[in-house]
Amino acid sequence: MSKSRRFSWFVFSSPQSFYPLAGTLQPWFAALAFLLCAAGLYISFFVAPTDAQQGESYRIIFIHVPAAWMSMFLYLVMGFWSGVGLVLNTRLSSMLATALAPTGALFTFIALWTGALWGKPTWGTWWVWDARLTSELILLFLYIGFMALQAAIDDPRRADKAGAVLALVGVINIPIIYFSVQWWSTLHQGASVSMKSAPSMATTMLLGMLIMALGFWMYSIAAVLARVRCVILERERHTEWVMEEVGGQA
Amino acid sequence: MNWHGWSEFLAMGGYALYVWGSYAVTLVVLIGEIVALAMRRRGVIERLAKFYAARRRNHETEA
Repeated sequence: MSKSRRFSWFVFSSPQSFYPLAGTLQPWFAALAFLLCAAGLYISFFVAPTDAQQGESYRIIFIHVPAAWMSMFLYLVMGFWSGVGLVLNTRLSSMLATALAPTGALFTFIALWTGALWGKPTWGTWWVWDARLTSELILLFLYIGFMALQAAIDDPRRADKAGAVLALVGVINIPIIYFSVQWWSTLHQGASVSMKSAPSMATTMLLGMLIMALGFWMYSIAAVLARVRCVILERERHTEWVMEEVGGQA
Repeated sequence: MNWHGWSEFLAMGGYALYVWGSYAVTLVVLIGEIVALAMRRRGVIERLAKFYAARRRNHETEA
């Protein structure tokens, strides 16, 4: 045929073509995550100076803030793919949303856990029911609710739709978490990094935090790609290509 | 932080419990996820191989 065929990125919206692509990309993101976290940890402990007020306890920031960012960012990505799956009825979008939830929940847990361990020496308490902490806890419940709801519905297409509605309604919680420190009086300090003003911290501290955040980001991509490959195999098991992939014969 | 030996590094200026408690749990959670993903992948492939084998046997007995 003489008609030239242009490459379309939409080919990757099919699970069959995305599966090998995810398998190729996954080790690269994993390697990047490892290198960035190693560099970030080195800066966090050996380059960044001791804090004048908090001493060494502030070093929790290098995982606390990146984990909190990832917990909110992954939820937005999950909400986005849920919405795409709901509107366009694309299978892969919903599978991505399903694959994002556990990693998002883990980063939410890490943000809460490290926050408690940082709160004790600086505020004198592990936990307060203030807006920032409570809305982050609600985020954890949203992730868990999303996973539980999807697990409770046998028909995957219906599970996708129900999960997507829950995920999209829950998106309202993200600006609440982010702006909670401005809207309500709270023990929690304001944003460490702002678009509007110069950062209120030493350059090496900021650098360590940003590199750790990049490392967590690459880790999340690697974990989600690995999980979505499992989800694809499970849900496309009735297709020929999965059977060939797994090594079964017809 | 300037290096003055392991004991001072591990003491974290008196905040060892909080700093290492944060880093250790984060490490355990992330390693745990990596292990869980590897096990899930192996489990899926094993289960699907059995599923296809059972389906093949069914076809053979029908024929």
